[in-house]
Amino acid sequence: MKRKWMALSIIFAIATFLTGCEPLLVLDPKGPQAARQAQDIMLSIGIMSIIVLVVFAMLIFVLFKYRASKQSPDYEPPHMEGNIWVEAICVGIPVIIVAYLSFVSVQSNYIVEATPQGYEDKEPLVIYASSSNWKWHFSYPEENIETVNYLYIPTDRPLEFKLYSHGPITSFWIPQLGGQKYAMSDMITTLHLAADSPGEFMGRNANFSGKGFAENTFEVTAMSPTKFVEWVDEVQETAKPLTEEKFDELIEPGHLGRMTFTGTHLDFMPPPEGHNHGSSNADESIDDSHSEHEGDHSSH
Amino acid sequence: MEFLERFAVPHPSIAIYASMVAIGLTMIAIVAGLTYFKKWGYLWREWLTTVDHKRIGIMYLISALLMLFRGGVDAIMMRAQLSAPENTLLDAQHYNEIFTTHGVVMIIFMAMPFIFALMNFVVPLQIGARDVAFPRLNALSFWLFFMGAMLFNISFVIGGSPDAGWTSYFPLAGNEFSTSVGTNYYMLAIQISGIGSLMTGINMITTILKMRAPGMTLMKMPMFTWSSFIANVIIVFAFPVLTVALAMGTMDRLFGTQFFTMENGGMDMLWANLFWVWGHPEVYILILPAFGIYSEVISTFSRKNLYGYKSMVASMVVISLMSFLVWAHHFFTMGQGALTNSIFSITTMAIAVPTGVKIFNWLLTMWKGKIEVTTPMLYSLLFIPLFTLGGVTGVMLAMSAADYQYHNTMFLVAHFHNVIIPGVVFAMLAGLTYYWPKMFGFMLNERIGKWTAWLLSIGFLLAFMPMYITGLDGQARRMYTYSEATGFGPLNMISFVGAIIMAVGFALIVYNVYYSTRYASRDIGADPWDARTLEWATHNPVPEYNFAVVPEVRSSEALWDAKKHGHVLFKDSNYKKIHMPNNSGVPFIMSAIFFVWGFSFIFSLWIPAILATIGILVCMAHRSFEQDHGHYISVEEIEETETKMRGAK
Repeated sequence: MKRKWMALSIIFAIATFLTGCEPLLVLDPKGPQAARQAQDIMLSIGIMSIIVLVVFAMLIFVLFKYRASKQSPDYEPPHMEGNIWVEAICVGIPVIIVAYLSFVSVQSNYIVEATPQGYEDKEPLVIYASSSNWKWHFSYPEENIETVNYLYIPTDRPLEFKLYSHGPITSFWIPQLGGQKYAMSDMITTLHLAADSPGEFMGRNANFSGKGFAENTFEVTAMSPTKFVEWVDEVQETAKPLTEEKFDELIEPGHLGRMTFTGTHLDFMPPPEGHNHGSSNADESIDDSHSEHEGDHSSH
Repeated sequence: MEFLERFAVPHPSIAIYASMVAIGLTMIAIVAGLTYFKKWGYLWREWLTTVDHKRIGIMYLISALLMLFRGGVDAIMMRAQLSAPENTLLDAQHYNEIFTTHGVVMIIFMAMPFIFALMNFVVPLQIGARDVAFPRLNALSFWLFFMGAMLFNISFVIGGSPDAGWTSYFPLAGNEFSTSVGTNYYMLAIQISGIGSLMTGINMITTILKMRAPGMTLMKMPMFTWSSFIANVIIVFAFPVLTVALAMGTMDRLFGTQFFTMENGGMDMLWANLFWVWGHPEVYILILPAFGIYSEVISTFSRKNLYGYKSMVASMVVISLMSFLVWAHHFFTMGQGALTNSIFSITTMAIAVPTGVKIFNWLLTMWKGKIEVTTPMLYSLLFIPLFTLGGVTGVMLAMSAADYQYHNTMFLVAHFHNVIIPGVVFAMLAGLTYYWPKMFGFMLNERIGKWTAWLLSIGFLLAFMPMYITGLDGQARRMYTYSEATGFGPLNMISFVGAIIMAVGFALIVYNVYYSTRYASRDIGADPWDARTLEWATHNPVPEYNFAVVPEVRSSEALWDAKKHGHVLFKDSNYKKIHMPNNSGVPFIMSAIFFVWGFSFIFSLWIPAILATIGILVCMAHRSFEQDHGHYISVEEIEETETKMRGAK
């Protein structure tokens, strides 16, 4: 057993050394959602460590005490059936732990699936984030601008990401702001995030989507709301409009650098909104009233 | 030319050409060797046509070990590619194919046959039966698995390997994004071997329910038999889902249906749901028999009966039911909302409770025991702490809000290797070492065996613990490369070193087989481990008919009763003639036709596909009309065998 403990402690030492200089992304949250998730992670690591220690301690105890070499040769181990009390403890304690973790988990589910706590009274910024092989397109419908492979966001404002894909299933993930969610071609998913302070963050597609998957990343910059407005104004003045031809070109498989446009592709290529599944025909309008009138889209 | 183009590998490399040559040379060497040593008849009579559960078990075992090395080479290549940032050993396409085949080979063509090997060999012996309930169906199961595995393995030299991940999510796996025939291989090879698995499930359930020795009630079955029984019940419920999903995927790719496509109302997440409705129970199909092996080994080498037999059985029944209620935890991030996630989060965490009960029961089995650390026991002792680590990270992953951060990262990769390697692989190696004397009549070398166990454990820790860290640092799984700025480099290098150490461990297993075949004593008697259960009450190696006289049983530890409490296992001392099933070549031939059938579908060769379908139907009709009443082993023959076996003691 000694060798294993040595290996374990070596690994632990190396890990601490390697990561000591910089905290791990997921455990270094910059927004309320990521903070809640990091808190859950640390809580579960704490509770689980106790379980691991208990099991390890029991194992070491029985191994030291009941090795054949430590006993007289004529020792006959007793015949033991289960004991109802012992087994009740073996079931009961894990049940209590699991019940507590379930309680926390359910609470967190409702928190991460809603507008971030502390941001409820603020107007959310809606951003459509859609993936194509192997790029991310960020459409700001209210600001009427669109970017490729980079994302500017204001701090102190809830962010509502509407996710979908122009191809395979991808997963939109900015570890320091919060966990990921899938982007699919036949429906829209919503991810609620917010950034507490300005900074640069790594964002990527986390779900395997083919050859260019490894480089399917984007840069996130969080800035104060005033700077964000300045940026929007600047884009409005300097960027070229996004045409349908240009967008068709953009979603061809391949990699692109940062790009900026005025207008969004949502006007001529509506997202798969309003139906649970089904086609994303370009001639269907995303106008809400229209979808309501023809609410039976998905059943065709 | 267009016709021939589809057979070409889409992204050939030197490694692939070298493999083509190697495969060709190996085939020539096998044919030449068989011809030179005049072994064709032996091969056909004794192995290809056999219906003996023990020989089928051994063939499963050989296949599983071969596939372990195939999947292991994939693993080493992946770890080598990721050992340094911006590495150029493999390109993206090649890497994608390798992690896909690694996953499929390890789960479907390594772990599954490994548990089938032990089930086939051990279960009939453990319940005192002469064979499984449907011996010929058993042979068909094996050959279907084998042909499926071979079909899958030729993919990288003919037409290209699948490249959409072992989960093969649509629409990535659809024609639009996966243009080579690789995913066709995935759909058809798994389909063919999956049919075999389903038949094994039916066969084993029938065997365990109907063919137990007199006195062996359900609650007197040894724990490995119980675990196999439950695993096979799960197989029967889970595999049809896979069959349907694969059929739908095949039709999408070959016949233009739109189940999972992006247009016309196709639902990509339907595939993900169907896949995991099978995929999660599959995890328990693998782990329950592994738990069975650990129960046998820990009880034997603690010299004590298994603690909490009833709660062990109950926990497995609970696990089997719950295994069907947790599948959505594989995609908490699909956007199904807080309520659905909460339900699946709770069911997933709840399944940790019966699993924990088993860990505590094993610890309590050792308590007050007389622990002897043999190689199988060493694997079990290493399993408990390592598997506990994997188990608790599973509970962490079950917290769905936090899972948004773990999903699709190396943290997840670390977790499932952390349960499968110490859980399933160590159990299979423990089982292999434990039952080796039963299979071949000599023991594997203990010293080399213990070295192997230590190397695998240390290699495992080095290879997978760093992944927990890089996962939390944002390293997504399935990335073929990463930049130096990410800082993943050093930890991935440690993983690579760990993978190398594990490879040395696996190579030592082969060396151990060679060494022990040459030097080990053949004079080991029937019960070399001082075991407790019925399978050790017959000779080593086991005669064709298993038991000359049907044993009578009064507890789950029949042999221990006989040894310590004077229980008489074999009451009737007079031999009677024994009825045994006849060998048949039809399972092998039919499976070979299935191979052609699968290959024809993969390449859309419709005329051979139709001919093969007819061939399969003819084989089935032949079986329907065939008169086969088996044969008898005469009393003289039994006497002769028994005298010879006893003489060997």
